[in-house]
Amino acid sequence: MSNDSIKKTVIVALGVCLVCSILVSTAAVALKPRQEKNKKLEKMVNILEVGGLYEKGVDVEKVFAEQLEALIIELKSGDVLPKDKYGDMLQPGKYDIKKVAKDAKYGEAIPGKEDKAKIKRKPKYMLVYYVKEGGKRTKLILPVYGKGLWSTMYGFLALDMDLKRVKGYTVYDHGETPGLGGEVENPKWQASWQGKIVFDDNDKLILEVIKGKVDPTGPKAKYRIDGLSGSTLTTRGVDNLLKFWLRESGYGPFFKKIREASSDG
Amino acid sequence: MAKYKKILFDPIFNNNPIALGVLGVCSALAVTSKLETSLVMSMAVIFVLAFSNLAVSLIRNHIPTNIRIIVEMTIIASLVIIADQLIKAFFFDASKQLSVYVGLIITNCIIMGRAEAYALQNPPWQSFVDGIGNGLGYTFILISVAFVRELLGSGKLLGYTVIPLSTEGGWYVSNGLLLYPASAFFLIGFIIWIIRTIKPEQIEEE
Repeated sequence: MSNDSIKKTVIVALGVCLVCSILVSTAAVALKPRQEKNKKLEKMVNILEVGGLYEKGVDVEKVFAEQLEALIIELKSGDVLPKDKYGDMLQPGKYDIKKVAKDAKYGEAIPGKEDKAKIKRKPKYMLVYYVKEGGKRTKLILPVYGKGLWSTMYGFLALDMDLKRVKGYTVYDHGETPGLGGEVENPKWQASWQGKIVFDDNDKLILEVIKGKVDPTGPKAKYRIDGLSGSTLTTRGVDNLLKFWLRESGYGPFFKKIREASSDG
Repeated sequence: MAKYKKILFDPIFNNNPIALGVLGVCSALAVTSKLETSLVMSMAVIFVLAFSNLAVSLIRNHIPTNIRIIVEMTIIASLVIIADQLIKAFFFDASKQLSVYVGLIITNCIIMGRAEAYALQNPPWQSFVDGIGNGLGYTFILISVAFVRELLGSGKLLGYTVIPLSTEGGWYVSNGLLLYPASAFFLIGFIIWIIRTIKPEQIEEE
């Protein structure tokens, strides 16, 4: 049979495709558990980093267990959920923000005009962390996410216990353009969040990510963060997710409860 | 045996795909700011190159000429996906830095070039060795460039500080240009210059 006959062409094309697809899918399925484990570990490292607990070579799981206190809170009321109500979905070890948001019982749709971060759904219950140093709670770590240009950017924001200043910001999962919007991963940029003021004296959100560079001598430099150059939409996405999560639509009720508790005591 | 030795080592100096063919330069610019990423990238390219050559050569007598390129592309693309999955599973940190460049091995001209120029005419085992040889040639350039860029650009080798930087209390003021991809152009240019000075037969006729 000639190589260039239609029959042979079809046979070779199908054969090559079949063999290649089997190889690719085998690799994808077989390596998935390892990749997931890497991702989980990276997320833990991210939480430690945002809490200022990470150093190269530390035993991530040990520090995680010893210095972080995991809590599940109900976003709407701001109350801490008692442990016996966690059920299967909300176990801190298993909590998967994407799954919980999609779940019919534990997640909810966000009405269009409230959806500043363009995420469509949010969990009703959030897993937040307190950093404990010397037996005292020193920082609060909150998961935050929102849409950038191409993808949803998942990250963490750390605040001090007075809810006044940023203690850190990281992104652990995104699909923005490498080199441009992908710079949300840049440790230098993330470090510039450190110490910025989040709320004014009336507890109104003032922290913002602007387009372009912040004038470091201006009075607004205390609560403004440089935009990423060449990625206006990613930058706006980060600003939007702050506006969503740090207000009533996000952790607002939870912040209120914390402030009430501290003014009582 | 001598024949295989020649196939394996010729592409390093005598017939280097980057230095002589000036192929695959795009990725050589992108991933060489650090030695570690260059090493992982080189391993991925050697893997893809060797097995794509082997596979193309195995079916070379059955590939219909009019769908030749597509068949080669399918094989190469599949191997690249497998390499990408392996890197994500075993070299997670490097995979984050390499990001899209592993996927872009598909468009690396060296791989397509060797499949077309060598594997289609030669038996499998020789093609396989040719793939490894050309991969090593690529590795040689990448490692040389990355060595200079990481050492003089950030004062480190494989992430360990070798020259303390002035920004971190040392004495060395780093050369920021070397951290930008364009610097790899100059370095590759220098390497080509050196190789062609030693081996004048590589100089193209005017």
